[in-house]
Amino acid sequence: MSRADVCVTACADLFTGDGEVLASPMGPIPLLGAKLARATTEPDLLLSDGQAYLLGAEGVEGWLPYRKVFDVVAHGSRHVVMGANQIDRFGNQNISCIGEHARPTRQLLGVRGAPGNTANHKTSYWVPRHSKRVFVSDVDVVSGVGYNNAAELRFHHVHRVVSNLGVFDFPAPEHRMRLLSVHPGVTVQEVLDNTGFDLDTSGTGLTREPTERELALIEQLDPQRSREKL
Amino acid sequence: MRDKTMTAAEVAAQVADGMTVGIGGWGSRRKPMALVQALLDSPVRGLTVVSYGGPEVGMLCAAGKVAELVYGFVSLDTIPYDPNFQRARQSGQIAVRELDEGMLHCGLQAAAHRLPFLPIRAGLGSDVLRLNPGLKTIRSPYGGEELVAMPALELDVALIHLNRADRHGNGQYLGPDPYFDDLFCLAAKRRFLSCERIVPTAELIAGGPPQSLLTNRLMVDGVVEAPGGAGFTSCVPDYERDESAQRRYYEAAIS
Repeated sequence: MSRADVCVTACADLFTGDGEVLASPMGPIPLLGAKLARATTEPDLLLSDGQAYLLGAEGVEGWLPYRKVFDVVAHGSRHVVMGANQIDRFGNQNISCIGEHARPTRQLLGVRGAPGNTANHKTSYWVPRHSKRVFVSDVDVVSGVGYNNAAELRFHHVHRVVSNLGVFDFPAPEHRMRLLSVHPGVTVQEVLDNTGFDLDTSGTGLTREPTERELALIEQLDPQRSREKL
Repeated sequence: MRDKTMTAAEVAAQVADGMTVGIGGWGSRRKPMALVQALLDSPVRGLTVVSYGGPEVGMLCAAGKVAELVYGFVSLDTIPYDPNFQRARQSGQIAVRELDEGMLHCGLQAAAHRLPFLPIRAGLGSDVLRLNPGLKTIRSPYGGEELVAMPALELDVALIHLNRADRHGNGQYLGPDPYFDDLFCLAAKRRFLSCERIVPTAELIAGGPPQSLLTNRLMVDGVVEAPGGAGFTSCVPDYERDESAQRRYYEAAIS
């Protein structure tokens, strides 16, 4: 069992209880997590191929070009796992640019669909390299909306963040980021040392290890072990 | 029926300084690159470009054609960031209206329907509203929820590339995703379609299911036959993205 395997199961657990919704995992680890969830606890999940098709376990099962993705976003029957160049203590995420928006020091992708995703449906984040550059007290550009900006958003739900070091959530009523669990082999101090703001660590547990069956499924889903590149 | 065939240079000649130009496709996929090249070869300047941005954005910025960019993202897909676009942003060379990609869709839809705005939930709580002070919100008259009043993104010109078309502007996509090319056309005053091959209408109808006919002739003012005209971006099933050509573009842009 590797750290990547733990991250895959942590990502799979993001989808627990979701039922028949569109899972939109960005990046190889969340994608493997969604596939693992579908093979175990969440058999009804829908998955897109990142292009225009829905892929069932047996192959193509539907058509979902971008215009229909917008419909699903607005309908709310979706759980996206996005990346984050920056994420802050209230779960605001930045994928737009670093620095002042008028003249950034580093231009990134742009806000993409992050404002609409976070306004409309369940959203989680995956951070492959946990550091103070990513986990910042305040993001430079609010792309995905965090809890302190979500008072008017009826459908806002930032669920969890999974990084290579641990799993984080935003418990009510304050919705400040909490260290829910550290991955096996990671200390709480290591997470704190790599995070640019205070974390609630009062109830921090240990991220569960994948079961034998899950490990076999992960191996089957990713025989080339591309997950090890995180 | 009118024969609307023309050359890419003739299309570019209809684009005047300061116009708002919508460009179809998505990221590095089915971009009207032959038409974009004609713009690059023309003296036109000061454009406002509206796009789900791929390499055309960086190219137009690097050539000094862009005054303002309206976008949700700019990416080359297999290469996340375009250095030409990054340089234009980081030097403050262009003005920008950065939007959620659903808001961009909503603004095109409003323009297509000749509405001043359409409501959308996307953008609320995010910095999109802070960075675009011209964007207003509106309270629902049916219950009070606050929504973004996304203004119409009216285009002077739309440029799109499809797999097939006839001489009249009936156009066909044969890949899996139409993107928003029909919407760009409906949102624009002058609409230009390039395609891999111009074929007789009967051949168009025989070439795919009826729902592959993305544009009809009332949506198109000019048709350009441009084989390979989306390259190096993808135009499936005619061709995949030319990754090595894209890599060469990236290497040249970064140096």
